[in-house]
Amino acid sequence: MNKLISVQQAIDKIQDGMTIMVGGFLGAGAPDKLLDALVEKGVKNLTLICNDTSFPDKGVGKMVVNKQFKKMIVSHIGTNPETGRQMNEGEAEVDLVPQGTLAERVRCGGCGLGGVLTPTGIGTEVENEKQKITVDGKEYLLELPLRADIALIRGNKVDKKGNVFYNKSSKNFNPIMAMAADTVIVEADEVVEIGDIDPNNVMSSAIFVDYIVGGDK
Amino acid sequence: MAMDKKQIKAVIAKRVAQELNDGDVVNLGIGLPTLVANYIPNDIDVTFQSENGFLGLGPAPEAGKEDPDLVNAGGMPVTILEGGSFFDSAVSFGIIRGGHVDATVLGALQVDEKGNLANWKIPGKMVPGMGGAMDLVVGANRVIIAMQHTQKGNHKILKECTLPLTAKSQVNLIITEMAVMEVTDKGLVLKELGPEASIEDVKAATGAELIIPENVGKFGL
Repeated sequence: MNKLISVQQAIDKIQDGMTIMVGGFLGAGAPDKLLDALVEKGVKNLTLICNDTSFPDKGVGKMVVNKQFKKMIVSHIGTNPETGRQMNEGEAEVDLVPQGTLAERVRCGGCGLGGVLTPTGIGTEVENEKQKITVDGKEYLLELPLRADIALIRGNKVDKKGNVFYNKSSKNFNPIMAMAADTVIVEADEVVEIGDIDPNNVMSSAIFVDYIVGGDK
Repeated sequence: MAMDKKQIKAVIAKRVAQELNDGDVVNLGIGLPTLVANYIPNDIDVTFQSENGFLGLGPAPEAGKEDPDLVNAGGMPVTILEGGSFFDSAVSFGIIRGGHVDATVLGALQVDEKGNLANWKIPGKMVPGMGGAMDLVVGANRVIIAMQHTQKGNHKILKECTLPLTAKSQVNLIITEMAVMEVTDKGLVLKELGPEASIEDVKAATGAELIIPENVGKFGL
């Protein structure tokens, strides 16, 4: 089974109205080639699940500026003033989620769990409209799983089977998003032969990856 | 002689550093708290966590040696020290909520005598999002607020926060250029005075009741 496709073939899979997960933390570890191609394609009304909305001139940040999202589920928008403007003027919906809660909701989505109980957000506006559950006398919020139609992630080395190695702090949300979408596309810095990544160093198993877009290296 | 802004930040960061112990795992917020790393005593070993996914956070790299795959939680290029480790965001916040972080040092818009903290939102004005702050404040074993005592003369230490909360009753210690204050069941206890502050100065600059013990210490420049 050949998983290697072109950027164009990858982008053709993303249609108006879809929910996409995008790896990266303020752009570090984000699949920039795929995101740039999405800006060019101009698909609209997407729902974004990502740690943040990056910077106006970078990755998902450019897509925000290009008004491609109707909804953004993120933990931080402070580095992209355009997100705040769209939120304040009612052009787009922004759902701010504590970072650790966002990570767990994505993990739940990929791991078949019905939700997670977290103490984060108790006594704040984050608890609004959420179910509270007391365990051993301590209050928790029930936070529900997140899934996406498509996850766009970035790996440093990806073998032709789809096994992924992430470099340094580029790991962030990529491995958990790789498990939480119907279709997973990894943008590889480098595509290597099967066997070139020692199984000890595989950080996302090939079974999660549907398609690989090769890097230039 | 009044301290300038740089001295104020240095005084606060230096005093916060004295709160850390050998072997501690510490997460420093963006801004003033980052400076604390410059004042860790040489005889103790402190490991810094970067919530985007690693332990062993080191200083900024030399010019030209930046690696786009190695950034801190503010997206700035950094280094990782020997003995460090990388992990994904779920593990990173597992470390935070799971009680594996001994202390977090954060700034505040407002903090109150019950240990409530507001530092993520000014409705209608500034809504950057909470990022990892809510998890850090709930999860870290000790929450230290490091900030200037007032904002343009306005009180930031209050009887009760008026801005949306980051977390309820989680703050343990407040360190400013004027004072060290501990949040206790009875209220806010003045532990130490800053280099240029008197008890009356601190009272006037604080919007909460202060409990003044018989002996109030002093910290220096």
